[in-house]
Amino acid sequence: MDTVLAPPRFDVDAIRAQFPILRETVRGKPLVFLDSAASAQKPTAVIKAMTGAMEHTYANVHRGLHWMSERATEAYEACRDAAQILLNAPTRDEIVIVRNTTEGINLLAHSFGALMRPGDAVVISAMEHHSNIVPWQMLRDRAGVELRVAPVTDSGELDFPAYEALLADGRVKLVAITHMSNVLGTVTPAARIIAAAHEAGAKVMLDGSQAVVHRRVDVQALDVDFYVWTGHKLYGPTGIGILYGKRATLEAMPPFLGGGDMISTVTFAESRWAAVPHKFEAGTPPILEGIGLKAAIDWFLALDHAAMEAHERALTEHAIARLSAIQGVRVLGAAQDRGGVVPFTLANAHAHDVATLLDRAGIAVRAGHHCAQPLMDRFGLESSARASFAAYTTLAEIDFLADQVERVRGFFA
Amino acid sequence: MSETFDDVRDLYQEIILDHGRRPRNHRRLEQFDGMAEGDNPLCGDRISVQVQRDASGRLADIGFQARGCAICTASGSLMSELCKGHDPAEIHALAEGARTLAKTGSAPNAEGWLAESLERLAPLSGVAAFPSRVKCATLAWHTLEAALGPGGKVTTE
Repeated sequence: MDTVLAPPRFDVDAIRAQFPILRETVRGKPLVFLDSAASAQKPTAVIKAMTGAMEHTYANVHRGLHWMSERATEAYEACRDAAQILLNAPTRDEIVIVRNTTEGINLLAHSFGALMRPGDAVVISAMEHHSNIVPWQMLRDRAGVELRVAPVTDSGELDFPAYEALLADGRVKLVAITHMSNVLGTVTPAARIIAAAHEAGAKVMLDGSQAVVHRRVDVQALDVDFYVWTGHKLYGPTGIGILYGKRATLEAMPPFLGGGDMISTVTFAESRWAAVPHKFEAGTPPILEGIGLKAAIDWFLALDHAAMEAHERALTEHAIARLSAIQGVRVLGAAQDRGGVVPFTLANAHAHDVATLLDRAGIAVRAGHHCAQPLMDRFGLESSARASFAAYTTLAEIDFLADQVERVRGFFA
Repeated sequence: MSETFDDVRDLYQEIILDHGRRPRNHRRLEQFDGMAEGDNPLCGDRISVQVQRDASGRLADIGFQARGCAICTASGSLMSELCKGHDPAEIHALAEGARTLAKTGSAPNAEGWLAESLERLAPLSGVAAFPSRVKCATLAWHTLEAALGPGGKVTTE
């Protein structure tokens, strides 16, 4: 049977049926949730896993002297296995459980930063989230490490020759860059970025907060040194994120936070650290969140990813086409490879006014600087509205958005 | 478009839309003796206010430049019209009243010029129903008070 030309079908209705919140109304109108890049909604599988744990298998973990703690530990630690599978990491010990992407990057800035010397350099790009800017500025200011910023082009892509030039003097120890921009949707050329960095003797951290939701990520194929992302954007709970790191590098790094769970022995004279990944996991971990994240990853991996990517591509192209056709609308970014994030501005109307009016129609969009002020400055903007898509987003919702933006235009004309 | 968004007319009354589109005193003063910049980090609204006082300390002239939403711009425009000719104590009282109006939806008891001015600011009362937008309405007032006082930068956070 020849199926090569048949576009993969993605059953959005079946997906939507698994998200109870999508049956809610907002101000008397059906919820049209186009803010998934900020945080995604949760499927029943995640909700049930977390409530079920609280009802049946909850205790503190890693202190398994009683039955309930053993069950809770198994359920919690299963999220490490799920994350290993999601990223195709070589071993589960290379999966560090953190609170979110921001904490993962701060961990690196602290613990990888401790291996750096004055005069060493870190490279970020001009399209980073504040969470991948500020920790490196703090490292710069306390350790005399230079912070270099690779520019982006007018189309919103990494300026690759400029990036390579930043690596040329061999002083860069780490490249910390987004795998997919939360503002522009640009998917960065990770394999080329990593190859160039390794060639120059630098390690690479990818901020996968957005990319992990929209692309299949293989840390071994990429040969990336660190990959960090957050659970709540991947249909999971808040308060849990994942930092993947190559074992040898993790082992060379000192701990981040001190406390229980990250030690092997403690005396008042000295303490010895636990092995990775526990060395980086001080204190009682996010137990319920781990159980929820395991359910989210299982749910996500069961999707037909080729079909989902085609669906999200269709949504993005349709949104760009419909919005661009509206007089006064400017869609930002024109990257060749972009995920389901569409930022736009409307002449004569501030993004917040646009968002407030769309909200009245039941549409949730983000408006503002999207925690990426330097990028907004790069494009000469204070703010933009941003529609972002998930597996449960429909083409009809995009049409409704465009119709409502047209109405907003009329309102402020 | 004939559709009217009736359900947001409480927020976007005609006077707000008018002052948002064509803000009064939206210029930079050539000469000024006080200035401040205001910033609403949450949404990115930015406003700059310059003031020129006369010998008695009254606000002889005011200019402002807003890069923000319709509410922020309209609030600054109404403020510039109402405050010209008044002394810092009166302006402070009106700023307090404007903040109360934006936060609660109703103006405090007042008399005379203050009461009349709060009456003119009544269109701003609609933001009280939109908690995320209250700061849009109050930013200009914080910035004017800073321009009359220590100057520098103010933020609503």
